[in-house]
Amino acid sequence: MSHPELEGYHGEILEHLRKARARIGNLIRVTSKTGDVHEGYLFPRYQYGDQHHVVLKLRNGYNVGIHLGRTEKIEVIGEGEKPKFTKAPPLPKQFRLPRVSIISTGGTIASRVDYRTGAVEPALSAEELASVVPELESIAEIDAHILYSEYSENLTPEHWTGMAEEAARKISRGADGIIITHGTDTMHYTAAALSFALQHLPVPVILVGAQRSSDRPSSDAATNLTGGTAIAAAADMAAVGVAMHEEISDHHIIAHKGTRVRKCHSSRRDTFKSIETRPLARYDLTTHRLETMDSGTKRDKKRQLTLKPSFDPSAYLLKSYPGFDHRSIDSAIQQGARGIVLEGTGLGHVPRTSYDSISHAVRKDIPVFMTSQTIWGRVDMNVYSTGRDLLNLGVAPLEDMIPETALVKLMWTLAQTKSPDEIRRLMLEPVAGEIIPRTPYLMEEVH
Amino acid sequence: MKVGLEVHRQLDTAHKLFCDCPTILTTAPPTIRFQRRLRPTQSELGQIDPAVLFEFHRGRTVIYEADNDTSCLVEMDEEPPHPLNPEAVDVSLMISLLFKAVTMDEVHIMRKVVIDGSNTTGFQRTSIIALNGHLDVEGKRIPIQQVSLEEDAGRKVAEAKNSVTFQLDRLGVPLIEITTGPVIQNPEDASKIALAIGRVLRATRKVKRGLGTIRQDLNISIAKGSLIEIKGVQELELVSKVVELEVKRQLTLLEIRDELHKRGVHAQDLEDHIIDLTEILKSSKSKIIQSALQKGGKVLGVRLTGFNNLLGRELIPNVRFGTEMSKRAGFWGKVGGIFHSDELPAYGIEKPEKEQVALRLECSQNDAFVIVCDDEKSGRDALQAVSDRAREALVGVPEETRTANPDGTTSYMRPRPGAARMYPETDVPPVKVTPHRLEKIRSNLPKMQEELTKELTARYGIGQKLAEQLVNSEYSSIFEEIVTSSKITAPTYVATILTESLKSLEREKVPVANLSEKQLKAAFDLVEKGKTAKESVPEILKWLAQHPEADPQSAVQDLKLGMLSRTELEEIIRKLVSENWPASMGKLTNLVMGEVRGRADPKLVIELLMHHALAGSQNK
Repeated sequence: MSHPELEGYHGEILEHLRKARARIGNLIRVTSKTGDVHEGYLFPRYQYGDQHHVVLKLRNGYNVGIHLGRTEKIEVIGEGEKPKFTKAPPLPKQFRLPRVSIISTGGTIASRVDYRTGAVEPALSAEELASVVPELESIAEIDAHILYSEYSENLTPEHWTGMAEEAARKISRGADGIIITHGTDTMHYTAAALSFALQHLPVPVILVGAQRSSDRPSSDAATNLTGGTAIAAAADMAAVGVAMHEEISDHHIIAHKGTRVRKCHSSRRDTFKSIETRPLARYDLTTHRLETMDSGTKRDKKRQLTLKPSFDPSAYLLKSYPGFDHRSIDSAIQQGARGIVLEGTGLGHVPRTSYDSISHAVRKDIPVFMTSQTIWGRVDMNVYSTGRDLLNLGVAPLEDMIPETALVKLMWTLAQTKSPDEIRRLMLEPVAGEIIPRTPYLMEEVH
Repeated sequence: MKVGLEVHRQLDTAHKLFCDCPTILTTAPPTIRFQRRLRPTQSELGQIDPAVLFEFHRGRTVIYEADNDTSCLVEMDEEPPHPLNPEAVDVSLMISLLFKAVTMDEVHIMRKVVIDGSNTTGFQRTSIIALNGHLDVEGKRIPIQQVSLEEDAGRKVAEAKNSVTFQLDRLGVPLIEITTGPVIQNPEDASKIALAIGRVLRATRKVKRGLGTIRQDLNISIAKGSLIEIKGVQELELVSKVVELEVKRQLTLLEIRDELHKRGVHAQDLEDHIIDLTEILKSSKSKIIQSALQKGGKVLGVRLTGFNNLLGRELIPNVRFGTEMSKRAGFWGKVGGIFHSDELPAYGIEKPEKEQVALRLECSQNDAFVIVCDDEKSGRDALQAVSDRAREALVGVPEETRTANPDGTTSYMRPRPGAARMYPETDVPPVKVTPHRLEKIRSNLPKMQEELTKELTARYGIGQKLAEQLVNSEYSSIFEEIVTSSKITAPTYVATILTESLKSLEREKVPVANLSEKQLKAAFDLVEKGKTAKESVPEILKWLAQHPEADPQSAVQDLKLGMLSRTELEEIIRKLVSENWPASMGKLTNLVMGEVRGRADPKLVIELLMHHALAGSQNK
């Protein structure tokens, strides 16, 4: 058990610190058995640290760890200073600027570091955001609030519903654009979800995240937020998009279409890529030029939003691989799957050994769909006999829909209808650009 | 006077501190270029190092250059750091033990915020390895306060008004930092102690050598002065000079302060009433002013009450108080042209113009003024900085971080950071230093100077003095490698080249530090293989130092120092003998040796000469 005033310490060391009546932030003195003396502020122990070391922040700012086994005495010699944050000044009203609502769901797009404890605290009020990202002031009149505080891997379809409803509320109150700040790991799933939940959008809804956390000077959070806000505020389009760095330079922020975007690198700033389609808009951080690239739906505040925020999570995404075990399909059926998306190899194939399980699913009125794990390209199940076999079993090919988008669309479709035939029909009916009948040749998309 | 030293030296590890890139610098043109902008993190606003905040608001772009041989995504801040390089930790622990410092049980990596662009992350990763050691120098015990291991920064390759360019090859190279207590009392001691620290570091044989691999920072304060941090003294010889000049600078600033007090100047007299002087100077002959005006700029000025004749006062050779002020103004305002009244009339600004400006700024006899020409915002920022600096003159010596110039003078770099802005590097787990690991290092500690000298004399039969010189030089390990791999080159000869010859080349201003280990070894190898004569080695090394990257074979070709073939030698001898016949054997030998010195084995010359002289005499 850890104690809040002795965060991270446990076991033997916790006992010693409690005996010494030490708290995090206290100035303490540690004397070793050989007579060496170290003084510093007691620092929280990092997660999963062992129970043998005390961490001191020395007066010059450095942290060091001292082993309990070599320690003779721990004593508190001072209270230590509490960190002081200067409060951000109130925002001047920007009357003629577009109004952008920032909805925060997690990850910290803007934060402040407490150097004393190393804690990173989110900066979330509109005032705080503007003081950290002063560029926003000249782009839009901002209002901001926290909806969730979750790492994106912990978000669920229920959160998508909440986000869609919140965005709809802000739009009904006259926002000229919506920003949703979001952890990047699953941002493209949320982007797809909102694309289906928010139909006939009058204004853009832009998801923004960061690949380098906002507590560092090199963070991409502020630039992504700046570019995303400029796009939400003024791009002449109305769609759900993901706005992040276009390249590793702090040069362009690019918004990708919500149903055609994917996280393609674990750490690079330009991780999000449009898959075989042109992006929605681009903002130049140097010249402040905004370019709308999507020729689809234009911004129109008179357009009536259709909100369809429900999702049924009983959909499965199964990836095929050499030695793919058909029992994962059986198991999905047993778990109550109402629909299955297969991420097949190549043009849309799975091993012959899974035919029986697929056929079983189809007989139980569980629609089975095919996408390709190649990410780029369209499934075509007429070319090889395996494809034709699968078509014959009742597997429905999903054209060039990317697997993650297909899963999200299936969850959304399951909430729209009970009829398996209707599910099959809806899956193949484009709602938000998730299926493109023509595959353009875009060189820059293929790495 | 109190001086503390911070000696930085690159470690010669196989990999960088937080990735698997090699620790070498590139000379190839960059293949990767990208640009970034760094911003202060929130908690620094308000209490931040003002230069950092200023730099951010100025919107300076940082351009990075890299290639795939020397940098990866880690240096580009596109991939999290890998775990701390264990080899670098071991070397640092070894160094800590040599200084008898108390090693930390757990090494925690910190982020020290630096947003001048030299680190792509906006912070330098640094860690304390040990505390409270000491070093005895000529009977005095010098406290070694701290041994830290950190990453070297990017290498600045260009700077323009609104951008700065860094090459990333050096970013992440392990750097050991040795910090002494502020106990050094005079300039000569500072140099001696730096030298002594260098010897300990070299004893590990795990530090890099040569220009750019060593940097000394100095913390200097004098009574009534301030703590001044001087960064980047590259050459050891410069340490005492920098200290001397800094003390002089601080003393002169204190004199200026006293003079200002005597003149009855107060801070409120130095408010920055910045006045537009464009009307007065619009037809000035000054080219700088005209070019600024053509670009739509303005001429602005500010009065400095009570500063007459003080701006022209020399602080240290060639640095006037006015220079100091314009450096500061230039840093803050990045202005093109800046003039002060003590240096006018000059630069095309004439006496009547000076007088008109003084009148417009309401200067009395005791007052001075500063004018700038540039766009209005830059100009105002610059003059604001001038007024700030003038007010600081009333207090004495402002706390600053200064950068060392090659001539031993220093220039304003930025205000001194306030409290250390450090927070944990959460991407890299702390590293435990177990007693077992420490014992292993302790039992393999390198030999120190005296022991090494003894060993060199005993093992290689070289003189005591030569051995000492070798140990003190950068080259004792190369010496051993050359001598052990060679069958014919005598140790004394190799040692003499590596000490005396290199030193005299250095005195001739030959950039000896450029010589790589590979080049040195290859040069001796040429002698070994009979491709050049022993006497030619200094000449070859001189050429190599001036042609880094080149191999000794090309030196031999370029300098025509290759050995003559037997036929070539015979041809020369035949010619000389027939031209000079009759002559004594001694005279002939001298003539031939004069022609072929360094290109022929003397024994062979004598043998052939005897043969030909005999033949010659018979023919006549």
